[in-house]
Amino acid sequence: MMLKGGDYGVLAGGVAAVAALAWWSWFAPTTAADTALIRAAGKVVHSVPLTRAQTLVVPGPLGVTRIEIAPGRARVQADPSPRQLCVRQGWLARAGEAALCLPNQVSLELRGRTTPYDTLGY
Amino acid sequence: MTPSAIELPVTAEDRRIARLAALALGLTLAEAAIPSPLPGIKPGLANIVILIVLLQYGWRAAAWVSGLRVLAGGLLLGTLFAPGFWLSAAGACASLGVLAVARYLPGRHFGPVSLSVLAAFAHIGGQLALAAAWLLPGIAIFKLLPVFAAAALVFGTVNGIVVTRLLANPALAAPASDRRQSGPCPTH
Repeated sequence: MMLKGGDYGVLAGGVAAVAALAWWSWFAPTTAADTALIRAAGKVVHSVPLTRAQTLVVPGPLGVTRIEIAPGRARVQADPSPRQLCVRQGWLARAGEAALCLPNQVSLELRGRTTPYDTLGY
Repeated sequence: MTPSAIELPVTAEDRRIARLAALALGLTLAEAAIPSPLPGIKPGLANIVILIVLLQYGWRAAAWVSGLRVLAGGLLLGTLFAPGFWLSAAGACASLGVLAVARYLPGRHFGPVSLSVLAAFAHIGGQLALAAAWLLPGIAIFKLLPVFAAAALVFGTVNGIVVTRLLANPALAAPASDRRQSGPCPTH
């Protein structure tokens, strides 16, 4: 017999470790957002860093959408859309997260840095 | 008048370790000739020898063989004290450290494959830890982490199976150690 019971356990642990590493290094959305991209009718109307608190007012066909920016996060504070889906999403903090207020054609999308360095020199 | 010769007493164990280290060294050199898509991904054939030494002669002998292999490998490959040498040494040390604990796993349930896989993970872990801390202090290396880990798993398993097969061979399993001994060294 080549393999004993514990060997299968070690191999299963090894496979799990490889899978966990693959998920962690390739798929996990770990990047913190640093910029909020706000679109109205498909066009970017604001691109603001998530550094200081402020409120942006974005007009749309139904009325105004209020977007609240805070250090490190952003949310749709108020919106005239009937179902309030984008408001109920609450605070967004990770790169790639987005809140779409489709009836008012306003969207809030968070972007993160793609690389941690501007440049590297050795 | 003859100059006095310094004679170092050589025990049978010294010879055995030297012979096994030479075997591990041969595998290291053969492996260095195999092209690899990524530096650092190698079958680690020398670990087969290290594991057999560990299982037959104990951890201390395995540490000697491993250390000699790294040192002499550095000499022969021309990488002595170059980054590649330190990476190799870090991997060997981490691997031996894990084996020092893992050899106490109950043999009824854990065979050489367990030891080999654990040692392989420790080996690549030690190398990458040193590389990340010293050579590439960025995060670029972490994108390749799963590739290295998968290679460790595959090669560790294969090497472990080879060790199991070799130890099942009765000629090897009974260490009639110094049968093939030869050479000018005086025996006493």
